Amino acid sequence: MSTTSVDIHGEGHGDGHAHDPHHQHHFTTMEQQFDTAKIGMWLFLVTEILLFGGLFVGFGMMQARYPREFLEAHEHLTRWQGALNTVVLLFSSFTMVMAVDSAKKNKKDKTVFYLAITIICACIFLVVKYFEYAHKFEEGWLPGRFYHGEHDAIAGSHGYATFFAFYFMMTGLHGFHIVAGIVALLWILFRAKKGEFTSSYYTPVDLVGLYWHIVDLIWIYLFPLYYLIQ
Amino acid sequence: MDYNVTTMAVQTGPVSSAPSRPKKHYLNETKGFKSWACTLDHKRIGVMYLVGVLFAFMLGGTFALLVRLSLMTSKHMLFGKVLMTAEQYNRAFTLHGAIMVFLFIIPAVPGSLGNFVLPLMLGAKDVAFPRLNLASFYLWVTGAVMALTTLVLGAVDTGWTFYTPYSTTTEGPVTLMTGAAFVLGFSSIFTGLNFIATVHKLRAPGMGWFDMPLFIWGIYSTALIQVLATPVLGITLVLLMLERAFGIGIFDPRIGGDPVLFQHFFWFYSHPAVYIMILPGMAIISELIPTFSHKTIFGYRAIAYSSVSLALVSFIVWGHHMFVAGQSQLATVVFSALTFLVAIPSGVKVFNWLSTMYKGNISLEAPMLYAISFLILFAIGGLTGIFLGTLSTDVLLTDTYFVVAHFHYVMMGGTVTAFIGGLHYWWPKMTGRMYSEAWARIACVLYNIGFNMTFLTQFFLGSKGMPRRYYNYLDQFQPLHQFSTFGSWILGLSLFMTLAYLLASLRKPMDAPENPWGGTTLEWATSSPPPTSNFLEQPVVEREPYDYRPVVAAK
Amino acid sequence: MDWFRNIMMPPQGSAYAGEVDFVYMSLFWMSVVLFLGIAIPAVYFAWRYYYKPGRVTPHITHNTFLEITWSVLPLLLCVGIFFWGLKGWMEYAVAPGEAMEVQVTAKKWLWQFEYPDGTRTVGDLHVPINKPVKFVMTSEDVLHDFFVPDMRVKHDLIPGRFTEVWFNPTVMGKHIITCAEYCGKGHSDMRGTLTVESDADFAKFLETGGTEWEDYKTHMQDWGKIQWERKGCNSCHTYDGATSKGPTWKGIWGSTVELEGGGKVVVDEAYLRESMINPQAKIVKGFQPIMPTFQGLLRENEIQGLVAFIKSVQ
Repeated sequence: MSTTSVDIHGEGHGDGHAHDPHHQHHFTTMEQQFDTAKIGMWLFLVTEILLFGGLFVGFGMMQARYPREFLEAHEHLTRWQGALNTVVLLFSSFTMVMAVDSAKKNKKDKTVFYLAITIICACIFLVVKYFEYAHKFEEGWLPGRFYHGEHDAIAGSHGYATFFAFYFMMTGLHGFHIVAGIVALLWILFRAKKGEFTSSYYTPVDLVGLYWHIVDLIWIYLFPLYYLIQ
Repeated sequence: MDYNVTTMAVQTGPVSSAPSRPKKHYLNETKGFKSWACTLDHKRIGVMYLVGVLFAFMLGGTFALLVRLSLMTSKHMLFGKVLMTAEQYNRAFTLHGAIMVFLFIIPAVPGSLGNFVLPLMLGAKDVAFPRLNLASFYLWVTGAVMALTTLVLGAVDTGWTFYTPYSTTTEGPVTLMTGAAFVLGFSSIFTGLNFIATVHKLRAPGMGWFDMPLFIWGIYSTALIQVLATPVLGITLVLLMLERAFGIGIFDPRIGGDPVLFQHFFWFYSHPAVYIMILPGMAIISELIPTFSHKTIFGYRAIAYSSVSLALVSFIVWGHHMFVAGQSQLATVVFSALTFLVAIPSGVKVFNWLSTMYKGNISLEAPMLYAISFLILFAIGGLTGIFLGTLSTDVLLTDTYFVVAHFHYVMMGGTVTAFIGGLHYWWPKMTGRMYSEAWARIACVLYNIGFNMTFLTQFFLGSKGMPRRYYNYLDQFQPLHQFSTFGSWILGLSLFMTLAYLLASLRKPMDAPENPWGGTTLEWATSSPPPTSNFLEQPVVEREPYDYRPVVAAK
Repeated sequence: MDWFRNIMMPPQGSAYAGEVDFVYMSLFWMSVVLFLGIAIPAVYFAWRYYYKPGRVTPHITHNTFLEITWSVLPLLLCVGIFFWGLKGWMEYAVAPGEAMEVQVTAKKWLWQFEYPDGTRTVGDLHVPINKPVKFVMTSEDVLHDFFVPDMRVKHDLIPGRFTEVWFNPTVMGKHIITCAEYCGKGHSDMRGTLTVESDADFAKFLETGGTEWEDYKTHMQDWGKIQWERKGCNSCHTYDGATSKGPTWKGIWGSTVELEGGGKVVVDEAYLRESMINPQAKIVKGFQPIMPTFQGLLRENEIQGLVAFIKSVQ
């Protein structure tokens, strides 16, 4: 969970253990520290799921209100781009697993390599997303009162604007998580390069890995919800 | 290390024995602004939280006194002048509510006392994630600054509940205020997350789940709600902000949205949030009663389980805020039935506390006086909840002063009373100083008189049909309103007195012993104030908590 | 104990109010007993077991029988109270089929009522005694709440939706209507009066158009202009000279118009009355015979108002 152990007292661990520099003073053992960090990360992921959960519920309620508009609006999304992004993210999840595994096995170069691939995948995802968004902007498929799409079957219905409000909100929030993920990945990439991770200390790689998987998992739900459901 | 203190160690009256205190403790180990602002020590963060929430409490209390003062007469006239216009009045009660809920009562106990005491009670050196803890405090500060900025920008008049479509159409810095609540939500999530991890992994050797003090069980249950409910509030507030910015239409009826959906989202968080507020209060009482009765807690497991079950039940009763708000009739019936479930664990706790007092050895220092006040005030708050859970009477009482009185009895009579009790209880531990016991008892008596004068009257106003959030009211209600306002002055005076004698105690040299009350939990096994690392030796737990049997010489 | 109930509750305006009050007062006395059951031991124990130095307390950790008892008994009590509350609420929730329907529209910060015959009033609700009335309610802006304390009923009004509430008034006289959902600056002034009156008085109220008519009594042409909008005259007749499906009213008063099938007629009060009640009798040349009869749809004072309005648009 941390880069350096800030020792603010200089006392309190005079228990004779050999000290890993990453060992924080308030944990008795490194295992305890690792387990604690994992619990913290899992709890954080629970809050992430609940955050998106609220939006999924809202989407469901609005879909029930405007079934025809939502169906029609979802045809505007480019299915192959969504599918491509799904494949890219799934692949990045795989490389992330490999990166954690390499870190655990003390293989520094492999860790760096797999982390780099993961970051590249994340960037590809964002580039595809950029083209998707640009297309929506051109066509005027914008959220809420900015919506000015043409040729809607039910002219004047607010259903289209609502659909795109949710589309931008949910994919945007997810995209924000991808960006945060890239920052986190870069951070551990540099630390991996400096050789900070060993089989006895690779917590940050593991935690960023968990985070990255949840971001992928959310996309696995977003993709069928927006691009596939008939 | 033997931390089990028997009844023999109890001191009443002035403390004579020289306290054993190391020269270096957490208050004087490092000095200067930066040593506080960048501290990772849970005790210092707890103290900073305490200063922060007390400031928020004073601010929110000032608005409360202003609102009550303005309600003195039905036309808001005082000495021939109009004290507040309707717009000012609406802003004042909104600020009172929003500040008290988001800035004070949600973070109050977990942020200040919880942060200070929880690792001590567990025999840990710190919380699991000290930096996250500091981040949580600074998020609170950020939220507070945002909320106070709205004051300069004209303040919001939506009520603290931000109901749509009023909140999406009214003027004023609503977006900033909801943004503040959003940020404060994350502060609360981080605190909860930190405590859960701490409780799971940082208990002292020998401390199993059922060896934990009940304060920990209460804070742990609170933390569960903080983590599981707050994200939904976050997303609700984001939707509200986007509604104002983009008109996305999810809550706006003019374009097919549904304002009742907002209420569902809002109460899905805000009902559990009620338990974020009351569970820590109950947690404190579970400490005070055995300590001052000098007797082991009755029904330890029942109290622990009731905390967790209250946390769980809190997630399935949100619809009881909406019996007349247009939710489906089936939902109304189901939510009413579920609401009654809350009564069972609450009752269990009260009966267990009373049984703990039975055949005890009860010393009536200020913390215990507040604990007994809690029992009485919370009983009124809980029993009046039955009126509101019952469908036919709720239709009459909802949205009236009856509701206002009810939640003040639970939130203030419950949580704030417990908070003040806990503050007195741990004050010697935090500051190393004893406060004036005589002044504390006077203040506690005044607090009870003022509180009941202020809020008992409001039950009658409500059942008589006076709706809440009313600027002008019928003349027939004026005497009751005036009585309530007089009560608020006594209440304000008692709180001001409390602040004064607590601060006054800081001027004298440190005089608190390690264990002034004869507590059996681990925080009393270290010096007052504790050293930066909490314990000079790692404590090991060998006995159940609240064990008041005399220690037989068997070492 | 009626005096005691009167201290705590608003006056009763219906039989249902009596039922609610009975539940309320029962809960009240039950709460008093339970409260004393908590407060008295708390204070008594603090006195009886007051601190004595050196006294050793017994180590009582739990008592399964007691703990089960004080979990199960409250549960049973709560189940009972729930069903009791449900019983009353069912009555509140389901309006009888024969109930008279009044439309309620709320906006910042007034109440509008519309009766089955089209009569409208603002802030002034009249209902006949001993007859169930159902209110079909909606809001034009933000949330409001229709609260009649004396009837013990309350329900939110939601923009874009219709909600319902009903009661059967049994007490003559005036009762307060008030808004119970915060709606901004004028929230606390959003009041109305409910008048419960005899059938005869209510019929008279409908006949004259209620208090709205009282307000316009002295401004007949404005009253007519309101009817022009409300009764739908405006869909075929203009008053600014533009031709629509029917002749414009501008300048028509006192003029002589040619009729379809020959003949002429002077536009006076008799002709206007006939045109409203029996529009097919005389059709102005160049227009289709499409106007329906307004017999029974216009009150005498409304006809007079329309005539005055037509007279005024020269």
